[in-house]
Amino acid sequence: MSTIAPMGLGAVMGATMRREMLLALRSPGDVINPLMFFVIAVTLFPLGGGAESNFLSSIASGVIWVTALLAIMFSMDSLFRADYEDGSLEQLLMSPQPLYFLLLAKVFSHWLVACLPIIVLAPVFASMLSMPEVARLPLVLSLLVGTPILCLLGAIGMALTVGLSRSGLLLAVLVLPLYIPVLVFGTGMVEAAQGGLPYTGLLALLGAILILAICLSPLAIAAALRISVN
Amino acid sequence: MLEVKDLYCERDDRVLFQHLDFHLSAGQAIQVQGANGSGKTTLLRILCGLNRDFQGDIFWQGKPIQKNQGDFRQNVFYLGHTPAINKTLSASENLRWFCASRGMAGSDGITEALAAFNLQGYDDVPCYMMSAGQQRRVSLARMKLVPAGLWILDEPFTALDKRGVSELENMLSAFVTSGGALLLTTHHPLQMACPLDIIDLDHPGAGEAS
Repeated sequence: MSTIAPMGLGAVMGATMRREMLLALRSPGDVINPLMFFVIAVTLFPLGGGAESNFLSSIASGVIWVTALLAIMFSMDSLFRADYEDGSLEQLLMSPQPLYFLLLAKVFSHWLVACLPIIVLAPVFASMLSMPEVARLPLVLSLLVGTPILCLLGAIGMALTVGLSRSGLLLAVLVLPLYIPVLVFGTGMVEAAQGGLPYTGLLALLGAILILAICLSPLAIAAALRISVN
Repeated sequence: MLEVKDLYCERDDRVLFQHLDFHLSAGQAIQVQGANGSGKTTLLRILCGLNRDFQGDIFWQGKPIQKNQGDFRQNVFYLGHTPAINKTLSASENLRWFCASRGMAGSDGITEALAAFNLQGYDDVPCYMMSAGQQRRVSLARMKLVPAGLWILDEPFTALDKRGVSELENMLSAFVTSGGALLLTTHHPLQMACPLDIIDLDHPGAGEAS
């Protein structure tokens, strides 16, 4: 035991993120599935709704935001499931390190794995849906700020339902009402930019929600996990 | 170290235990006995703070455990029913994260800890390629890595072979003799070198440790 040196909080968060990244690398489905869902769903809209560019550009921001939101919601299932089943979650809850930061590291890794690829691809699909070029940067910005909120809120719902075997629908019922403001501000911001209006106000609003979510949701996730392992 | 006063727990309208009092001090080992479903695991999880459906008081180092969680978690090692080993990660990756979650960088100790459980050369083998007994050993190797004064072990002998069982018994006795406190459940007839107190959940009051 003499070889064991104490670690700082940053190193503990780093180690947690390293573990999550390794897990994502070993089971790439967790990265690819949400991305594939996003790609397929967005591609189907021009096929099903008509390829007229005026029509497409009017629904583009909504389509991209809604499919990204659903893809993220479906991806949440992998966040705590394996840890709950193999007992790692109990060890996490018994860790002497502040759970707040461990959970924040976990959710942030999930965002990197599940959301970042979607954000990177979003401008490509925006041009496929004939979204005007001026709106593409606001789209990426809105997703960059908005999707971490979706991950944090989704993690609360997932933490509450991880003990149930079929939690998919219940998760949707719990989480979707919380997602709606983010969706409204996100699409509103892109539409404002599309119409040539200033969008920084809505971006600031999303940023404020994100800060609030970062501050509060780890506490809610921790409380929900304690209920779930009970 | 750990003191339990008038603990009461019921589950599904069935009383698991009531008026349960015991005291666990450094250098003492207590075995919780009882039939299947008698509440052994529930008792251990209550003590660990994982189950909160109980009435009564638990004290850690003389203070109520709810107010002393940080110190308690720093000093307790809990081994549950599930191995808490992620099967897609290798043995050393699992242990490294365990150490990190306890705030320790344990890179050097990990190989030694695995060797202590006869897992030399298994550092980088993914855990899904190991047998149930080997996974159990990886899980047990964690107790070599963290300096905890209290071990709470739920069925630690599951899936171990005969040699593994006697090695673990020796390890547990050595831990208790060196001043550690041990609380465990097992259905395996224990042959420990150190004295062992019994809490019998089937016959409350009969063999409670003082």
